[in-house]
Amino acid sequence: MNNVFVYCELEGTTVADVSLELLTKGRKLANQLGCQLEAIVAGSGLEGVEKQILPYGVDKVHVFDAPGLFPYTSLPHASILINLFKEEKPQICLMGATVIGRDLGPRVSSALTSGLTADCTALEIGPHEDKRAGKTYENLLYQIRPAFGGNIVATIINPEHRPQMATVREGVMKKEILDANYQGEIIRHDVAKYVPETEYVVKVIDHHVEKAKHNLKGAPIVIAGGYGMGSKENFDMLYELAKELHGEVGASRAAVDAGFCEHDRQIGQTGVTVRPKLYIACGISGQIQHIAGMQDAGIIISVNSDPNAPINAIADYVINGTVEEVIPKMIKYYKKNSK
Amino acid sequence: MSLRIIVLAKQVPDTRNVGKDAMTAEGTVNRSALPAIFNPEDLNALEQALRLKDAHPGSTVTVLTMGPGRAAEIIREGLYRGADNGYLLTDRAFAGADTLATSYALATAIRKIGDYDLIVGGRQAIDGDTAQVGPQVAEKLGLPQVTYAEEVLNVDESARRITVKRHIDGGVETVEAPLPVVLTVNGSAAPCRPRNAKLVMKYKYALGKQERPAEVAHAELYEKRPYLNIQEWSVADVDGDLSQCGLAGSPTKVKAIQNIVFQAKESKTLSGSDADVEGLMVELLANHTIG
Repeated sequence: MNNVFVYCELEGTTVADVSLELLTKGRKLANQLGCQLEAIVAGSGLEGVEKQILPYGVDKVHVFDAPGLFPYTSLPHASILINLFKEEKPQICLMGATVIGRDLGPRVSSALTSGLTADCTALEIGPHEDKRAGKTYENLLYQIRPAFGGNIVATIINPEHRPQMATVREGVMKKEILDANYQGEIIRHDVAKYVPETEYVVKVIDHHVEKAKHNLKGAPIVIAGGYGMGSKENFDMLYELAKELHGEVGASRAAVDAGFCEHDRQIGQTGVTVRPKLYIACGISGQIQHIAGMQDAGIIISVNSDPNAPINAIADYVINGTVEEVIPKMIKYYKKNSK
Repeated sequence: MSLRIIVLAKQVPDTRNVGKDAMTAEGTVNRSALPAIFNPEDLNALEQALRLKDAHPGSTVTVLTMGPGRAAEIIREGLYRGADNGYLLTDRAFAGADTLATSYALATAIRKIGDYDLIVGGRQAIDGDTAQVGPQVAEKLGLPQVTYAEEVLNVDESARRITVKRHIDGGVETVEAPLPVVLTVNGSAAPCRPRNAKLVMKYKYALGKQERPAEVAHAELYEKRPYLNIQEWSVADVDGDLSQCGLAGSPTKVKAIQNIVFQAKESKTLSGSDADVEGLMVELLANHTIG
């Protein structure tokens, strides 16, 4: 009772990275709260799925295995969480801010009238004093996220309602195995007890997932372009530099919106989060949503003609110059000195 | 069979075009400095609704929004593009609502409207980016949901089923759901048609009660032409439970707001000169950052 729960998302029978990242975070939160970490996994053909989950320090895995549970549809998965949470009364529930998590989370929170905060960039435990009501709360989940188009960072709490629910994007938290031989309890639930037959009304006719075209998320070197790149053609310089440095190209939302770069390369709160050892920001002003997706980079170089660009404040190296001038020089002097 | 479609739309501050005066000296958001716009993905939703209306003659499109009196603008924008009517949920008691209290208010209004086959809204609003209201409305009405919709492929009127193409992480999915259903539409879906000049002429002077001055010109026309009166609903009009509306009905509370101040770290400033760029590349090669 009153434990930390993580909903584990599946593609086929593979647990998504974002869920493993949240298990890692969930373990830390559970330690801080002195409670257990439990995981929920729902799909088809899940024999042995717990082997992917337990090493992250999970004390209990709730397995729901039935033919209609993969591919994911909203109603059966929501019923599982709603009915399980009524029994288990978790204090915290985390899920990925993915298409699935953002479809499922709101539905569950509505049914349980619990609060949900989307796309958190940090989760912490702390107290809260409600001066007006004269009440104090201990060990609340601080759900921290940029808000209002990224102009502010808000800390959201749910003082009275449980579970405290939050979604987090892939890559925001770190994935770390706690103990390869961690021992936890496996509970195989009778799915029919949680999901009435009437919940399988939405049929998936066709489900098609492609392997990612690039490995932006895991790339050690990222060259990112912003609106200041000026054109799609100028992005070609970034691909050339990326090829030389064995990196990947990313983009800010402004550059994607302007059509300079494909959407799947967007870095930031509503895109991919990256932690490369080197991040070269070219013509990126540095909106907070963008910063949220790259601030953990090892070394940050900002190439910008505006010396006051906000990104310069977090950069290790600021090159005051135009991208047209500086990037070809970077390519040139890399080639010259690396041989 | 014709379809009765409700479009959920929101008036939002244009957070994509934030100027220097968007934040006050105290670090709070200066809403008056931001233009109010039709939430972009709600326009994609409206387009899907209007396409269905085109394909299924006799269908109706109703725009439902919640906000202050000036949000009647959203209904007018809908009417200009082909919606048939609209309702503005407006009441001080709705203020301060989080997504749950918002979806409660919308769901009570939808029940009041009563007749519907399809409820469609944008995936998310740009002022919150939460994508929660659509699924929460669906849950409150006990309806299935299809989120991240890209396109309505077909509505089978006799079987009362809808086929929708949707985006999922790293791919696409086609799903079939029974009507009525709640649909949320992506920004990458078809853009909304422009205003129709004839409809602009027809509805230009359509006003909500709060927008209408005491001395409106040609007042008698507002009696003769009921479509010029944009319907406003209060909490009482939709039989809402005050404890579930606005701030009172919101389980999430904002504990703290922080204006963005970056932690400045030691940085080296270079020029774009050959010497500076070469020096940097040599340094990065030397410390094996690049190899």
